[in-house]
Amino acid sequence: MLTVFLQFLFSGLTVGAVYALVGIGFNITYNATSIINLAQGEFVVIGGLMMWFFSESLKLPFFLSVVLTIITAGIVGLLMERLTIKPLKNPDLLLMIMITIAVSIVLRGILMFFFGKDPYVYPSFTEGEPLSIYGAIIQQQTLWVIGITGFCIILLFFFFKKTIIGKAMLACAVNPTAAKLVGINVSRMVMLSFVLSAIVGAIGGMAITPISLMEYDKGPMLAVKGFCAAIMGGLGSNRGAVLGGFIIGILESMTAGYVHSGLKDAVALIILLMILFYKPAGLFVSKAMLQLRKF
Amino acid sequence: MKKEDLSAFIVFIFLIILFPVFSGGAYTLTVGIFSGINALVAIGLCILMGYAGQVSLGQAGFYGIGAYVSSVLSLHLGLPIVVSLILAMVAAAVAAMILAVPALRLKGHYLAVATLGFGEIINVILNEWGPGGPSGFGDIPHFGLAGYTIDSTTGYFYLTWGLVAAVMFFSINLINSRTGRALRAVHDSEAACNAMGLNVVALKIKVFILSAAYAALAGSLYAHYVTFISPGSFSLFYSILVLTMVIVGGITNLWGAIIGAVVITVLPELLRRFEELDVLVYGLILTSSLMFFRKGLVPILIEKIKKLRGFAVAKR
Amino acid sequence: MLSVNEIWKSFGGLTALRNISFDVKQGDIKALIGPNGAGKTTLLNIVSGIHRPDKGEVKFLGERIVHLSPAKIAQKGVSRTFQHVELFGNMTVIENVMVGRYAKTKAGFFSSGLRLPSIVKEEREVQRKSEEILEYVNLVHRKDEIASNLPIGEQRILEIARALATDPQLVLLDEPAAGLNIKETRELGEIIRKIRGELKITIVLVEHDMDLVMKISDSITVLNFGEVIAEGTPLEVQKNPEVIVAYLGEEEELQTGYNADT
Repeated sequence: MLTVFLQFLFSGLTVGAVYALVGIGFNITYNATSIINLAQGEFVVIGGLMMWFFSESLKLPFFLSVVLTIITAGIVGLLMERLTIKPLKNPDLLLMIMITIAVSIVLRGILMFFFGKDPYVYPSFTEGEPLSIYGAIIQQQTLWVIGITGFCIILLFFFFKKTIIGKAMLACAVNPTAAKLVGINVSRMVMLSFVLSAIVGAIGGMAITPISLMEYDKGPMLAVKGFCAAIMGGLGSNRGAVLGGFIIGILESMTAGYVHSGLKDAVALIILLMILFYKPAGLFVSKAMLQLRKF
Repeated sequence: MKKEDLSAFIVFIFLIILFPVFSGGAYTLTVGIFSGINALVAIGLCILMGYAGQVSLGQAGFYGIGAYVSSVLSLHLGLPIVVSLILAMVAAAVAAMILAVPALRLKGHYLAVATLGFGEIINVILNEWGPGGPSGFGDIPHFGLAGYTIDSTTGYFYLTWGLVAAVMFFSINLINSRTGRALRAVHDSEAACNAMGLNVVALKIKVFILSAAYAALAGSLYAHYVTFISPGSFSLFYSILVLTMVIVGGITNLWGAIIGAVVITVLPELLRRFEELDVLVYGLILTSSLMFFRKGLVPILIEKIKKLRGFAVAKR
Repeated sequence: MLSVNEIWKSFGGLTALRNISFDVKQGDIKALIGPNGAGKTTLLNIVSGIHRPDKGEVKFLGERIVHLSPAKIAQKGVSRTFQHVELFGNMTVIENVMVGRYAKTKAGFFSSGLRLPSIVKEEREVQRKSEEILEYVNLVHRKDEIASNLPIGEQRILEIARALATDPQLVLLDEPAAGLNIKETRELGEIIRKIRGELKITIVLVEHDMDLVMKISDSITVLNFGEVIAEGTPLEVQKNPEVIVAYLGEEEELQTGYNADT
């Protein structure tokens, strides 16, 4: 009984960690630009598939593959911003939404062209016996996923709170004009936010692929769930996104385990709709913060 | 109808009547039928986006509701197809209402994601509980009207495009009415609309329901034409396809929805050889039209014609 | 006809209005004046339902309206214009006015789509009425132009025309003369007076142009830092020492400062 429960809990925490990373990716671009980048899920897929390409297809060493995958994702984020977001002059909200959707389809098309429709997998980062807690099996990769997520969160926290660039990025979101006046290069910050969010997504993809496989069209569902995680804790709050990601991951795996596996996606979607309808500001956000929001 | 709309409408009717005569073959007609079915969904989304200023990524959900409800009712309950079709539209309208009442208070991004989530939920439901599950089901009866079954391709072409014409007639009248004016006004200034005593949210909800009903009509026509359906035809990809049609044609012009639907339906037929490239091609079309032809084909064409005409007048 | 009672409103920690009360008599032109940031627009927004006060009452024709939505308040007969012109910029001049007739017409969703004869008749009526209104404010020659292409003076008058189309009993004008030259301001003044005189519509006006305010208003309420500091006829207000100190004494400076902004 307890064993089964723990097993579901661990698998929930594993996928939840990835949702949290996608949610954080949404937050990074949202905080710097007020844009919701609906191509966020594709970054995760790029992470998984490129890692496979470098480590399995080209047989490059592990660390080199990781670095190359991160660089690839960063370049994709950079190109996306420079080629599609930056050239738009006075875009309205509708256009902004649609352009990120359009980019997500282009990315999906490219991935499908190169990788086809099959799922891909590569071995765990480390080989070794799985751990066992009260009979529940924890794969070593699960620990990697959760560890990497935690590491990313801490790193990002320091980046935004302690470094000049991080603070400058936040300033751009609050007031771009003022940011420009104090000498911040707003355009570069926007670009950086896309690069950073792409890298965060790709890291999630690299970590999760050995457990849950990766295929070209996983992006939209990951984006929806990551978005759900992000708004659960209030858009813009990374702590909220982490909590939201874990909650969704756990609920999803409990549903799959105890109710019916086909319904696990429906759970996240229903939570998403409920939050959107009744608490669009998030579950843990104050009213005063809400008034500062642009959208 | 305004003068330009009326003349466009007459030309449109002539094209519909003449197309099967000159099309030369069942293949062209079949592509024509699919274009018409897609046009119905696109017209609904065009009113929603271009006039109510709302984006929906869930039209495939309503399209799927239309197809499944109509098929199940006619196949398993033996209802006449016209009745099944109407009930399918009602079902989609009810679903739209349940979704719209909370969703249309949301803005921009949130609404986009909410409709996307809705579409995906419908897809999960069809996969889990739809007859045949992920592999779908067949033997759906052909479309029949008053005891007469329409199973010829030409007959179905006229049926589909006749309905497109009817929907177009209704929609053009609607956007030129007080309701349409109010919707265009909402686009420009919500504050001013309120000061005119206009209940903005109620109007948006109505348009959302209308677009769902159009999509369900299309879904039902689709099901009774191909007589075999599976959840794969009603996925997010279809919603995005319709979005591309509307953007390519031009969101501010209803004729754009039809042109866009035809272009995007015919295109993959021309690109048959590059089958694994289709997702990429759609993505590139959508991206480039958003970036370079934001207004869409039809509005750009109209501008060009006006300019040419102005030039001719000036020359004289 | 309009009575504002003990209104309080704050945004965050900033109190924008403290204990504001005043009445507007039927058929009057009432002006609200005061330096920038005195809370005039906030007050109009409360009357028209855009903001809700923290405390206080607004009564229109004896009925509480403070809890109603802006659309409901408009339907009761309170229409308005905006400080930053809020026209339907992509629509033609006459269409702007026709939208104003919305609440006064009935055509439903389905009957409009089917274009039933009753709809055709109603539509013709709306068209006729809208042209009449444009004629009234001397804009009929512009009726088929796109609203955002009009010069600012005509845009402000079009906003008034659109407000008139709702058959209002009370019209709130938020800085109708902002950005207008002397000639346009004079024409605007004539139109406002004509509306009050011939159509018997009560007007509340927020305005910085003192010439216009003194010339057309029957009664003036002066606000400063969210409080009423004086009330009375133009003559009385001009003589009020507190007003002179708080506002009129700085008028020259304020005027130029304001014009430089716009």
